[in-house]
Amino acid sequence: MSDTAVSSSAPTRPSRLQLALGKPGFLLGCVIIGFSALLALMPHVFAPYDPNFIDYVAIRKPPSWEHPFGTDSLGRDSFSRVIHAYRVNMQMAILATVFALVIGVIVGALVGYYRGIADMIFGRVVDAIITFPFLVLVIAVVAVLGPGLVNMYIAITLVGWVYYARLMRAEIIAQMGNDYSDAGLVMGYSDRRIIFRHLLPNAITPVLIYWMTDMALAILLGSSLGYLGLGAQPPQAEWGVLIAEGRNFITTAWWLSLMPGIAIVLTGLGFSLIGDGLADLLRPRG
Amino acid sequence: MEQTPILEVEGLCTTFGRGGQTLPALRDVSFTVGEGEVLGLVGESGSGKSVTLRSVLGLARRYGEVTGSVRWQGQELTTKSERDLRPIRGRDIAMIFQEPMTSLNPLLTVGQQLVETLQAHTDLPRKARRDRAIEMLDLVGIPAAASRLTDYPHQFSGGMRQRVMIAIALAASPKLLLADEPTTALDVTIQAQILDLILRLSSDMKMGVIMVTHDLGVVAQTCDRVAVMYAGRIVEQGPVRQVLRDPHHAYTVGLMQSVPEGVAPRTQLYSIPGTPPSLAHLPPGCAFAPRCAASTEACLATRPALLRVSEDRQLACFNPKTQTKGCAA
Repeated sequence: MSDTAVSSSAPTRPSRLQLALGKPGFLLGCVIIGFSALLALMPHVFAPYDPNFIDYVAIRKPPSWEHPFGTDSLGRDSFSRVIHAYRVNMQMAILATVFALVIGVIVGALVGYYRGIADMIFGRVVDAIITFPFLVLVIAVVAVLGPGLVNMYIAITLVGWVYYARLMRAEIIAQMGNDYSDAGLVMGYSDRRIIFRHLLPNAITPVLIYWMTDMALAILLGSSLGYLGLGAQPPQAEWGVLIAEGRNFITTAWWLSLMPGIAIVLTGLGFSLIGDGLADLLRPRG
Repeated sequence: MEQTPILEVEGLCTTFGRGGQTLPALRDVSFTVGEGEVLGLVGESGSGKSVTLRSVLGLARRYGEVTGSVRWQGQELTTKSERDLRPIRGRDIAMIFQEPMTSLNPLLTVGQQLVETLQAHTDLPRKARRDRAIEMLDLVGIPAAASRLTDYPHQFSGGMRQRVMIAIALAASPKLLLADEPTTALDVTIQAQILDLILRLSSDMKMGVIMVTHDLGVVAQTCDRVAVMYAGRIVEQGPVRQVLRDPHHAYTVGLMQSVPEGVAPRTQLYSIPGTPPSLAHLPPGCAFAPRCAASTEACLATRPALLRVSEDRQLACFNPKTQTKGCAA
C-alpha cells in the first residue's frame, strides 16, 4: 500500500548541524562573529592598555611589540582603542537593526495580510523612502535630531524598517497562496492566530537572512556616521571615529586608519558569511 | 426522502473585479443540503464550484462581492461579521482542500494542528484534547496514531496528509463538510479510500457533505444529489441516479459522454466542442448555447431560468433531452 507514511527517522538525511559543519564559509563567519562578540563583551581582558590612557612620550609610534597597532597623536594605544571599539560597533549591529526588524516584521505581516488601503499607503511610503539613498536619508534625520549614538539608532530605524516590512509583506502574500492559511480561516481561527502562529513563522526565514546582511551594513553605516561626526562622538573609541582621527596623518601614521578599517571589513565579512550560510541551511529541503 | 435542509443557499451571486471590469463568477446559485445528505457539485474548471464553497463560508467576500442569501440552520451567514462567523467555521461547517501538500502548516506538528482546532471550538481540558486528537487520527485510519502526533506534515504521504486534514476538519464534529475536490491530487487507489472514509464518517456522524468534483465517477459513487454547474450557474439539479441515468441538459449529456467508458482502444475520446465562455464576455442567452447542438434562436437570445421539471429535479434549458434511457453514447 502506497499510503504508508515515510519513516520519521530516515538515516540518510544529515541534520542541520552536520550540514552547517560542512560549510567552511559559514564556520569562518561564526568564528569571526563569535570572537568579535567575545571582544565586545570583555575588551579589558584583551586590550593591554586603557583606551583613553594618554602617553605623552609615545606620540604616533609605529607598530611595535609594545604597541602592536602603534599609538595615535595623543599617545593612546591604537590596539586597545580598536578592541574597545568592538563594544560600540557590535552594539550598533544589534541596536541599529533590531527595532527596524521588529517594526518591519509586524507592519509587513499586517499589510500583507489585510492589503486594502493600508497596503496602498504602505506602498507609497516604501516608494518614497526607497527613492532616496539610505545614507542621505539617515544623515537628514540625524541632522534634525542632532548627532550622537542614540539619535543615530533612531534615524537608522526610521529608514531601515521599510526594507524589512517590504520583504515580510511579500513573503506573507506568498505564504497566503498555500491552503493552510485559508484552512485556518475555515477552522474559525482568529486573524491574529493565523498571522502570528501560522503565516509569520513560515515567512520569516528570508527576513532573518536579510537581518544578518543588514547587521554588516549597520556597522558600515555606523562607522560612516562616526567618521562624519554624526554618530559616536570622540573621545569614544569607535572605528569610524578612529579612522577620522587618523585621516590627517594618513601619509605618516597609516596604521591609525588602517587597523580600524580592517576591523570593519572583518566583522562585516563575518556577518555576511553567516547570512550566506543561513540562506543555504534554511532553504527548504525536500 | 424529504429532509429539513440545514443549509439553504438562495440567489448567491459572487463577482470579482479585475482592472475595471467585473467578472461574475457565480450567478444566481441556489441549492439546499439536508442533514446527512451528500450533494455533488460538478462542472468544468472555472465553472464556479470552488467559489460556491468559498462564498458559503464567507471567504470569497474578502476578495469579491457576494450577494444573495446563505442560511445555516435558519441563520443568515452573508451579513454576519467575521467575528460572528468564527464559531460557525470549523465547529458547524468545516472544509477540506484539494491540495493536501499545502493545506497543513509545515512548521507545526500534526498533533499541534489537531489540538489547535479543539482548543478553538471545545472546552476540553489539555489531556482530553490529546486523547481526542489520537482518537481522530485513529478514526481516519492512521496507524499508530499516538506516536504520529509529534510528526510533521512532511513525514506523511499525500494520502495520509489528506486523512490528517479530514481529521482536523472533523475534530469538532461539524454538521456540514465542504470538500473541495478532496481526491483530485491523489492517486486512484487512495482516492477510493478517502471517498469511502468521507462517506462513512458522513453517515456515522449524520454530517452533510458538499462534494465538489469534476469526476462524474466520484459523483455516482458518493452523492445523493448532484448539481451541474456551467459558467457560474446551476444548469441541472436532481437525485444522482435520475440525473446520471437520464440527463436533460445538453451539457450534462456532454459531460457524461466525455467519460471514457467501454471505448475501443486507440479511438479518439469524446470532448464537448468549443470552450467555456470567458466570464468577462458571457453571452446574453444560455451560456452553453454556442457549444450546444440543440440550440435555437431562443437559446442565444434569452437565458433559460432554472425551473422545476419534476418533483425533485430542476433544469435550465429550452430544449431538454427527454429520452428515458440510452442517451449517453
